[in-house]
Amino acid sequence: MNDRLEPADVGRLTLRWWVNAVLLVVLALVPAYAALTGDVFAMTLFTRVLIMAMAALSLNLIMGFGGMASFGHAAYLGIGGYAVGILAKEGVGSGFVQWPVAVAASALFAVVVGALSLRTRGIYFIMITLAFAQMIYYVAIGLDRYGGDDGLTIYKSSQFGGVVDLNNKTLFYYLCFAVLLASIYLVWRIVNSRFGLVIQGARSNDRRMRAIGFPTLRYKLVCFVIAGAMCGLAGALLANFTNFISPAMMHWTRSGDLMVMAILGGMHAMFGPLIGAMTFLLLEEALSRVTVYPNLILGPLLLVVAIFVHGGIDGLLAGKRRG
Amino acid sequence: MAEAVLQIEGLTKRFGGVVASDGISLALTRGELHAVIGPNGAGKSTLIGELTGEIAPDSGRIRFDGLDIVALPVHRRSRLGLARSFQITSLFADFTALDNVALAVQAHSGHSFRFWRAARREPQLREPALAALGVVGLRERAATLVHDLSHGERRQLEIAMALATRPQLVLLDEPMAGMGPEESARLVETLRRLKGSVTILLIEHDMDAVFALADRISVLVYGRIIASGDATAIRADPAVRQAYLGESDTVAHG
Repeated sequence: MNDRLEPADVGRLTLRWWVNAVLLVVLALVPAYAALTGDVFAMTLFTRVLIMAMAALSLNLIMGFGGMASFGHAAYLGIGGYAVGILAKEGVGSGFVQWPVAVAASALFAVVVGALSLRTRGIYFIMITLAFAQMIYYVAIGLDRYGGDDGLTIYKSSQFGGVVDLNNKTLFYYLCFAVLLASIYLVWRIVNSRFGLVIQGARSNDRRMRAIGFPTLRYKLVCFVIAGAMCGLAGALLANFTNFISPAMMHWTRSGDLMVMAILGGMHAMFGPLIGAMTFLLLEEALSRVTVYPNLILGPLLLVVAIFVHGGIDGLLAGKRRG
Repeated sequence: MAEAVLQIEGLTKRFGGVVASDGISLALTRGELHAVIGPNGAGKSTLIGELTGEIAPDSGRIRFDGLDIVALPVHRRSRLGLARSFQITSLFADFTALDNVALAVQAHSGHSFRFWRAARREPQLREPALAALGVVGLRERAATLVHDLSHGERRQLEIAMALATRPQLVLLDEPMAGMGPEESARLVETLRRLKGSVTILLIEHDMDAVFALADRISVLVYGRIIASGDATAIRADPAVRQAYLGESDTVAHG
């Protein structure tokens, strides 16, 4: 089999390729810029971009490639964060315990939500995923021992036996960057694997997939769990970034933000969620300096992208028109 | 008597007061092209649904390759070698023609919990898919997105997907639907080439195609098979002429 038959523009130096490359270089240089100019805020902002990009990436795997529009994805951020926070509070400071627990707890929640929601589709799927996220949100509010509504301060970052000190902002930034890049690579492998083609086929035409012999439900469920686990890891990063967890992490508006990031960046693109998260957070930051209602501008902007641009910002770069 | 690939016995399905399948019995021998014709509302789509597993019959048996498959879900039947094409073209629009067929091949080559290797570079998926595209004359269009294929090409692709899985039996649900005469002729040619090597159950409206291709024809009217035989016998059958072929298209039943 040769590549002649493949439609993708892999390996060609397209506009999209250049933008992605420049983006990665810029991200790699943020700590250097911050160190040179003393702009600490840039570090904070871009660390958040990396973490939210990872959450949006995991959402994009199920929503963009799998057609499963989960409207409760922030729940996994919260579960990952609370796993770290609760363990820290209970005296388990090791990241080697905290992070796997964060991932496992999120995966487990995804199994439950997925098993119950994936039999439905469309608006019902959206409502069930939202309902589960709201449920876990109120559970967090009820956790008085862990701050309830007010949240919980984490006094000690995850400990990695002195190998990695997460209190070092630069180190933490690069850790987030590395985890994000590894996750993008993982999603890229998954999407192009046999498994990924099944997921995309089910998005495109679930009935046909079953007719040619795929039990699609179990593939979708596994995909759902992978995305949940990945978002749980992002939640563990987020907790270490803010040193604070609260139910607000998984408020439904945060789930909405993640969806916006994924759609804005371009749902069928590997770097779409990163571009989307960066655009969203930078715009939000810039707009909040000129207005107290940044959403008044962000909202219509998203509408314009959703209506007129097929494939988000990445679609613009690739020169795709609405089909 | 050759061995029966598909054996339907007493298949019955009611939707409220309507009897969509009324004790249908039918047997397909290996390599045969068997056509089922019938006027609109005769129960052809119900029969297809019952065979593929999308509709559960009220009673009756379906034996496929000696195995009772009535209780099996859609994907299990597909895995046993029962392939179908859809009446309304039902493809993966944002995939290429080759991707579509390769996915059908993949469905029949073990489980797909394989997360790492690039599936579009696996020769064991791409080569059989290309071969199936070749059978229907779409090899040159392998890299074209379904989106950009013509209606006729999409119908051909439907057939290629059904063939790619090396099925025991192919159900073709009105493959000529919506085709121009030229496209129909091309598809008839394709099916003629396939005849003998694959067992085909053809549900079709296009009478010219049916009489040109079928080894045997069964006529379905109001959920019941009123006649079964070769083209000559069907043409001569008085009940068929009355009920279906339009000699007098008045109430023939009831």
